[in-house]
Formats: sequence, C-alpha cells, structure tokens
Amino acid sequence: MPIYASPEQFIRDRSEYARKGISRGRSVVVTTYRGGVLFVAENHSPTLHKVSEIYDRIGFAAVGRYNEFENLRTAGIRLADVRGFSYDRRDVTGRWLANAYAQTLGSIFSEHQKPYEVEVCVAEVGRPGAGPAAVPDASVVDPGGVDQLYRISYDGSIIDESRFVVMGGTTEPVISALNASFSPGWDLAGALGAAVAALGTVGDQAPRTLLPAQLEVAVLERGRPGRTFRRIGSSEMAALLQPAGETAAPAAGSSTEPTGSGAAPEPVDAEHAGADLPREPGAD
Amino acid sequence: MSDRAIDHPGWPVSAVPAAYLRPGSASFTDFLAAAEPQLLPWHGRSESDRAGLSSLHGAVPHGTTIVALTFGGGVVVAGDRRATMGNLIAQRDIEKVFLADSHSAVGIAGTAGLAVEMVRLFQLELEHYEKIEGVRLSLDGKANRLSAMIRGNLGAALQGLAVVPLFAGVEIPGDGVTAPGAPGVGRVFSYDITGGKYEEHDFYAVGSGSLFARSALKKRYDRAADADTAVRAAVEALYDAADDDTATGGPDLTRRIYPVVVVIGADGAVRLADDAVGEVAQAVVAGRMVNPGG
Repeated sequence: MPIYASPEQFIRDRSEYARKGISRGRSVVVTTYRGGVLFVAENHSPTLHKVSEIYDRIGFAAVGRYNEFENLRTAGIRLADVRGFSYDRRDVTGRWLANAYAQTLGSIFSEHQKPYEVEVCVAEVGRPGAGPAAVPDASVVDPGGVDQLYRISYDGSIIDESRFVVMGGTTEPVISALNASFSPGWDLAGALGAAVAALGTVGDQAPRTLLPAQLEVAVLERGRPGRTFRRIGSSEMAALLQPAGETAAPAAGSSTEPTGSGAAPEPVDAEHAGADLPREPGAD
Repeated sequence: MSDRAIDHPGWPVSAVPAAYLRPGSASFTDFLAAAEPQLLPWHGRSESDRAGLSSLHGAVPHGTTIVALTFGGGVVVAGDRRATMGNLIAQRDIEKVFLADSHSAVGIAGTAGLAVEMVRLFQLELEHYEKIEGVRLSLDGKANRLSAMIRGNLGAALQGLAVVPLFAGVEIPGDGVTAPGAPGVGRVFSYDITGGKYEEHDFYAVGSGSLFARSALKKRYDRAADADTAVRAAVEALYDAADDDTATGGPDLTRRIYPVVVVIGADGAVRLADDAVGEVAQAVVAGRMVNPGG
C-alpha cells in the first residue's frame, strides 16, 4: 500500500514534475500581428516540428516532451477533420478545440501515473472583416476579425490571450522583452523581429542572435482563402529579419541550450498569475 | 497503463476521445473506420438495405461524362453538368469535377450522392495525411488511396450504385520526383468498380458518354499541345458525347451553364472561371454551326 500523501502534496509534486520538464526545453512565442497570427519557435530540428497546422484557421504550437505533444497534435487534427467532415468546415472553432485539449490534459494530470509535460497553444485567426479590430485600443485600423490565442497548461488550465503567448524554457525574460516591444497591429517583419529578439534574451550567452536555421516560423494568414497556415522558410525568414538590422553571428549549438534546473521560474508571468489555478474551461 | 486510465469511465465527455489519442495511421479513412465508422459513406447498410439498393438505380441522380487529357505542361480534367435520374434530368448544373488537392483533381461518374461524399472524403484524406505527416502524398499514393475507397463501396456498386472516378494530376515539383521549376508531367488514372486502378496514356473518359468522348479525343489529342488547345479539345469531346448520349449535357448557352474544367500544371490545379469556359464553349458551338461533326 502506498504511504498517505495529502491531495495538496500530490498536486504539488505533479505540478513541479511537469513544470521542470517544460522549463527544460526551448521557448515558443505565438503572437498576433496585423495580417494574422505568427508562430516563432526556437527549434534546431528541421523535421520535428513544434508548430503545426490543425485546420483552416487554427494552428498549434507546443513545448515539452515531443511524444506527448505530438500525440495531442495528431488528436487535434483528427478531431477537427472529423468535425469538419460531419458538420461543415466553418463549424470547427479554436475555442472548441482548446476546451477539448484542456479537458484531456486535466484528466491526464489527475488520473495518469505521470502528468503530460507539455504546454500547448491553440491559435485561431479571425476571418477578414468579420468583427472588431483584434485589439480594441489599436491605433491602426485592423480589417480582420478577432484573433484568439488559447494557452493550455499541463494541468488543463486554460487562458485566452489576444496579444502573445510565451511557453517553455525560461519564459520570464522573453515575456518582459515582448511586453516592452509589443505594439498592437504591428506588421509581420516587426513582430518576427521582436519575437526572435525576445527568444534571444535567454540562454547561456544571452543576448543571442538566432539564425533562421535555429528557428521554426509559421503564420496563419488572415487573407488567404481556405487553409491559412503557411510555413516561412529560411530565405523568406532572412529577408524579413534583414530590415531590423540583425547581424548574423554564428552561435554554437551547445551554447544555445538553456540550462535546465529545478530553480527555473514558473512558466507564467505576473499578469497570468491565475494560470495555475485550475479553471473550468467549460465556463468560457 | 495509460490506455486503462484513458478508458476510465471518469474520462470527461468533452475531452478528446481515447481513440483519437491512440497512435495510428495517417489515413483519415482508416481512422474513421476505427473510431467513427458511422461517418463513412458506405457504412451501415443492412442486408435489407442492400436488397433495396438495386431498385434505387433509376431513382437517384447519376453523373455522366468526365474526360481527362494530358498536354505539354500538365493535364486537363473536364466534366459535363448533367445528372440524370432514369429518363429525367435530375440536375442541369451539377459539379462532378473537383480539386482533390493543390496538384490533382478527380471527376466522378455514377451515383451522385455517393460520389460527392466520396470526393469529400478523398479530399480530406489527402489534407489529413499532409497535416499529420508534414509532407504530401506522391501522385501514385493518392491514386492508390482512391482505389481503396472505391473498393469500400463495392457492396453498393454490385447493387447498381457504382461510383467510377477519373483521377488526374502532376507530381508536386520539388517533392522528390520532379525537380523544382520543371514542367508538369500530367498523369491520368481510371478505375473499375472493384477498385482496380489503371494508368491511362494520354487521355481517357468515363461515364455514359465516354465512348463518344474518347473517340473524339483520339482524333484531336496532341501530346505537346498548350493548355488552351487541351481545354478546347476537352470541351469538343464533351460536345461530341452530348451529341450522341442523352445522359450527357452539352453547353447550355441559354442558361450559361458550361462544363467544369480544371487545368493542372506544375504551378498547381486551377478551376477555370465560368466566363473563360463559356468563351471556349461558345467557340465550339459556333464551329459546329458550320460543321456539325466538328
């Protein structure tokens, strides 16, 4: 018989275990821009993706253990395709998918022997001209509908964001960098430059300059008909990063790995302080 | 362990169902068969349903003629717009040629209801594979998947509700077979109701008017033609099919209903606008005013 552990202790141990795993990797930034949603992941593998297409207007980004979020990604594509097939393509929404992920992660967290060491972001790009500007206080006119970013943690807690989401690795410096640089309705080059610079604020030799080969970048383009997801290749990425005056400095692969330690900060920032409190996703 | 926990009765209703989290194939059809078989077009026919199917033959809409021909830079697929129900015209403007993905198209002759559902499933099959695997299927892979789907419908086909597709496309440039920037090489695949797949040389036609369309294409086909010439040949062939087959609809100038034409080249598959096809169709009809035999 197992020795008695209080429920508080049980949850705390599991949370700490999952958080440690997540903070060991590299970070992912998801942000909105004028033309849609931008995903930027520091990822040295060209084939093992952290960012993926789910459906016409829905994208997926994840950090943590690859086999676990790959499992969730596949499930999300299956869910979306089955729903789109049995109803209609327009009936597949990001909110619905985020809820399904939250319920699943919540159940795995409390029922499995081992919680999933993942954090996922479900991003949905609004339809062109389908609503108010993505950010109400934007001074620029945004012709698009509301872009929504849902961040779902290892324990099933879910938060929605309309500005940006930072997950995985050491998030605090990245979040403060983006808090300083974020401007509503910025263009793709500006958003990409800021996200790459923010990702470079962590690591052994910070600040680092990340090269296109170290990045995985994709967008959900609001204006495209049908499937809006598009990966941005190295050459296009380099062209987008050029005007920012970035100089290409070689970074050794080993030095770019953030150090994993139990003292890593929690993957939430001050304004997301409620994120760790399990919230009923169905209440959204 | 994990499976037992996932299948736990306490698993929340709105969570991802356990079957969706199980690792498996990248085929959407295979996944549906395992997890949601009731959604498959050929699912759930009891013996009595099957017996009744044969009596439906003249009572449900049937699509008719589809042609496909290769040209110098790819392949053209075209279909007439008529669906028949016995001796009646069920629909004048039905669409039977669909883009399957960015570089292929499928045209369907046979029972319209099953055919349209099968095309939806096929389109999703290709998209699903691309999203799960991160790469696209080869052209032969796509053709084989379609073959498996037709085989799934064999029961209904034997009762008279056959679906006979014509599949055409080009290899996607830079995906291994074709070098980036090379001209597209069009390929055409035909099928029988048991799912047999046959690669056709140069051109092919399926459906009730296919005999006449194929004869017309035999005289007009030019392997090195440009896209416009190939589109013209396809519309001429459909005119010839409509000329001799009551179930095939010719260009309807009064209602402005023209064939659906898809042109596939190395840059991708494009469905021609109605206006563009209308011009070709009007030129074909004008030519027949002078020479009815073309």
